[in-house]
Amino acid sequence: MGMPISLALRGRHAADAAGRAAWGEAMATLHDVDRVFSTYRRTSFVSRLDRGEVALADGPPEVAEVLALGERAARESYGAFRTRLPGPDGRERLDPSGVVKGWAVERAARWLRALEGTDFALSAGGDMVVRTLDPASPAWRIGIEDPHDPRRVVAVLPVRTGAVATSGTAHRGEHLVDGRTGRAPEGVASVSVVASSLTWADIDATAAYALGPEAADWLRTRPGRTALVVWADGTTTSLAVPDRGYAGPGRPVSRCASSPPPARAC
Amino acid sequence: MKRIVLWFLSTVSAVVLLFGYHTSTSSQLATASGSVGPAPTGTTTSGGGGDGGGGATGTPAKRRSAAGTAPKAATTHTVTGGVAQTQWGPVQLSLTVAGGKVTAVHVLQRPSGSSMDDQINSYALPVLIQETLSAQSAQIDMVSGATVTSGGYLQSLQSALDQANL
Repeated sequence: MGMPISLALRGRHAADAAGRAAWGEAMATLHDVDRVFSTYRRTSFVSRLDRGEVALADGPPEVAEVLALGERAARESYGAFRTRLPGPDGRERLDPSGVVKGWAVERAARWLRALEGTDFALSAGGDMVVRTLDPASPAWRIGIEDPHDPRRVVAVLPVRTGAVATSGTAHRGEHLVDGRTGRAPEGVASVSVVASSLTWADIDATAAYALGPEAADWLRTRPGRTALVVWADGTTTSLAVPDRGYAGPGRPVSRCASSPPPARAC
Repeated sequence: MKRIVLWFLSTVSAVVLLFGYHTSTSSQLATASGSVGPAPTGTTTSGGGGDGGGGATGTPAKRRSAAGTAPKAATTHTVTGGVAQTQWGPVQLSLTVAGGKVTAVHVLQRPSGSSMDDQINSYALPVLIQETLSAQSAQIDMVSGATVTSGGYLQSLQSALDQANL
């Protein structure tokens, strides 16, 4: 992917062979995903699928899974999130990157979750999965990069277990595109989302960013998310949305609301 | 320079605090009702990086108060927020602030009839810092920002953190 991967471990396996092995397996997972999904590789399955050289059924089942997630994200974001996007030559191509980033890191994190008695924070290019096992342990402190100055933070989120994703254009030459207009979104510098799964934190951050001025309003419809929107003028909007399943006092609790947090969005 | 700390309790499904508010560099503090006093002036403690931060966990008072170590800054005080009228009933929180950071959150009032044990998520209690801080003074473990290329990484905070922890 060409993006930096950072891992922090603490606890039983933070410095031993098991921890290093899990890190190796996590990296191997990310490389495998890149081989299949990278739009920068001509020989990746996704690139070949885009060119019509192969059919979806010819590939790993994960590709269909990712594309289905992308379709669901497009529906729920009213078209702002897309999996068909302009490539470097301007021509539209299949590009599920907005789904793959978070989805890939969640898969890689499985190796780290298997480490007993070990907390971890796994970040790929600023999108991360974290876990804290002992309730007495401090939370991971996640800084949100200032989109106007990457040397600074605008906020610190103490996150015990969950995922954080940020969408914006602080470092990229290319722009994200609002799928409904085909143009760059206006008014938003970055969107950061905290959710129980990085797949959905990533999708929601991407979709919200693409929605531009409607970012915060749309995020308020997403159960179980916490979000920070940094607008182009430097002001911010923070919001937290209750999980679906808590229906109010005195009403039965659905299975979606459980402790610890569910592994995927309900 | 005055340091203003804005906070809110995130995705706590039983305690519904929907804080959707706008901030600006000269904004008032905003809570659902009442106000939280400003944090004491002065710099925050700068300690080593890594996992020693004293972030608040957001768990209710009946379980435990602050997790982790409190910052070494001298001034610690407790601020009691006003009663917030939420869809599900009244909620009131108090914060313990030390050295400009929220170190503990206590739930003084919660909607009756809620089963908070099942509902509380262990997510973030974001502390929005009106002044931007460098990674060191905020004791950050990881940085979330727009996806960086390997080239831009070198200038990023994450790079600084990774190097500091080596």
